[in-house]
Amino acid sequence: MEEKKKLELKKLAVQVRKGVIEGTYNAKSGHPGGSLSIAEIITYLYFAEMKVDPEKPDCENRDRFVLSKGHTAPALYAALALKGFFPAELIKTLRKPDSILQGHPSMRYTPGVDMSTGSLGQGISAAVGMALGGKLKDKDFRVYTVLGDGEIEEGQVWEAAMFAGNRKLDNLVAIVDYNKLQIDGTIDEVNSPYPIKEKFEAFGWNVIEICGHCFCEIEEAFEKAKKCKGKPTCIVAETVKGKGVSFMENQCDWHGTAPKAEQYEQAMAELDAALAELEA
Amino acid sequence: MADVIKCATRDAYGNALKELGTRDDILVLDADLAKATKTIAFKKEFPDKFIDCGIAEGNMMGIAAGLATTGYTVFASSFAMFAAGRAFEQVRNSIAYPNLNVKIGATHAGISVGEDGASHQCCEDIALMRSIPNMVIINPADDVEAKQAVIAAAEHDGPVYMRFGRLAVSRVNAEDYKFEIGKGVTLRDGQDVTIVASGLMVAEALEAADKLAEEGIDARVINIHTIKPIDKEILVKAAKETGAIVTAEEHSVIGGLGGAVCEALCEEYPVPVIRLGVNDTFGKSGPALELLKIYGLDAENIVAKAKIALAAKNK
Repeated sequence: MEEKKKLELKKLAVQVRKGVIEGTYNAKSGHPGGSLSIAEIITYLYFAEMKVDPEKPDCENRDRFVLSKGHTAPALYAALALKGFFPAELIKTLRKPDSILQGHPSMRYTPGVDMSTGSLGQGISAAVGMALGGKLKDKDFRVYTVLGDGEIEEGQVWEAAMFAGNRKLDNLVAIVDYNKLQIDGTIDEVNSPYPIKEKFEAFGWNVIEICGHCFCEIEEAFEKAKKCKGKPTCIVAETVKGKGVSFMENQCDWHGTAPKAEQYEQAMAELDAALAELEA
Repeated sequence: MADVIKCATRDAYGNALKELGTRDDILVLDADLAKATKTIAFKKEFPDKFIDCGIAEGNMMGIAAGLATTGYTVFASSFAMFAAGRAFEQVRNSIAYPNLNVKIGATHAGISVGEDGASHQCCEDIALMRSIPNMVIINPADDVEAKQAVIAAAEHDGPVYMRFGRLAVSRVNAEDYKFEIGKGVTLRDGQDVTIVASGLMVAEALEAADKLAEEGIDARVINIHTIKPIDKEILVKAAKETGAIVTAEEHSVIGGLGGAVCEALCEEYPVPVIRLGVNDTFGKSGPALELLKIYGLDAENIVAKAKIALAAKNK
């Protein structure tokens, strides 16, 4: 990857993180931990990978994105705002009754949201349906979905995985945000989904393991996914929950807790410093 | 009565889908029950537009939702127990919340499933589906109505739950009958009491009205094929003009047609409403017709309930 492109993406990822903190702080609730862990993935999708046009959010030939781990909507909203789907100041209205930014993504309220999600395990099925729709209509759009590593404990994920593998939906990419933490503890303590790679492979998927914070590896994985014919691709992206905000990193408690004023100031100061460093 | 045509509404579902199959936007999904739900009729004609999702109803509803976002009108089919029961939350969150164009074809509803017994006799589906915003619920009385309901559902923009039976039931509607979503049908006029029925109980209601007439009781019969949105106008008119209502359905007395009628009337024109249905119990295995008798879902019991309603009105 070109250094210039990488630097640009890194800056955008910090902006996404700032949006996550801004949104959850103003909402006084929400899910910062898993939103911060997917910042690079969602940044890459919206700024380097997907064919989407903020002027035509419903364009039939667009690539689709389904945030199956819908509780990390703050990251999606931040990316959509940066991309120009709606004004950035709306981030502060997150989770308010008259806001277009509901607590979990709704395709009826928010331009750019391709599927309403929030109940874990359901988004991937919808993404599979979209990918199948693309095949049936001979369209060349691609479908992307991000799952939590805790989310794959849901049986529906494997119903969808079985179907997608059997149907050879090579226009579908599922990214597992492998941050190793869920609400009640580490994923292996709660109800281990391991081995993740072998499970998806057994369901007929092409599986690629990467660092989910490294843009070079993310790019390489998406390029490999495009070249893989006859199989859907699963990217197991190893990440750090709460990434980018020192006191939130690797802490279960930041799964669903919003920062208070002092924590907000510190988080924003850290992110601004990271941005300044990238701009220097 | 020897010439009455009998046909299961599930057969009408399959036949209607076959007619719709020439439309480019139609897809039919099933969960390994095509021979029973009768979607096989569609599959034979349009194999490329039929998708078997296997035994995974929750995933099927999600796939239906995803397909709908790409512009398809999707019929997702299974038994009522699994379509409304197992997949309830997928129907709520992935289909109804985003108001997607998915039509749920739920066959084998009610006690008349027969020998398969309680695990498959879904008498709760209307209650479940009725509680979901954006959902339209149709429970046709016979094959004529069922076929038109499927066509109307395809025309309707948004989710629809269609309830079909396994058992062959008597045809009550003429060939030239015109079905309209949300419009109740007065099948017989009457001034003393109104029988509001749905599904296979409509034929029983007509028979009950004949029996009541023999005893000098003039009963009105209304077919409420669309449980949601319910035709409040026809119900309030019946309440005003006859002063007593009996509801008859092959569903739990909780949350189905009886519940919907009570809700519609209690705020606008309360009159005695006596509900006939499955009385908050699980079913048993047995021949369908025998079970309908055992659970009191027949003309005789409608007559009995009508007399209770009349007595309540005259108190």
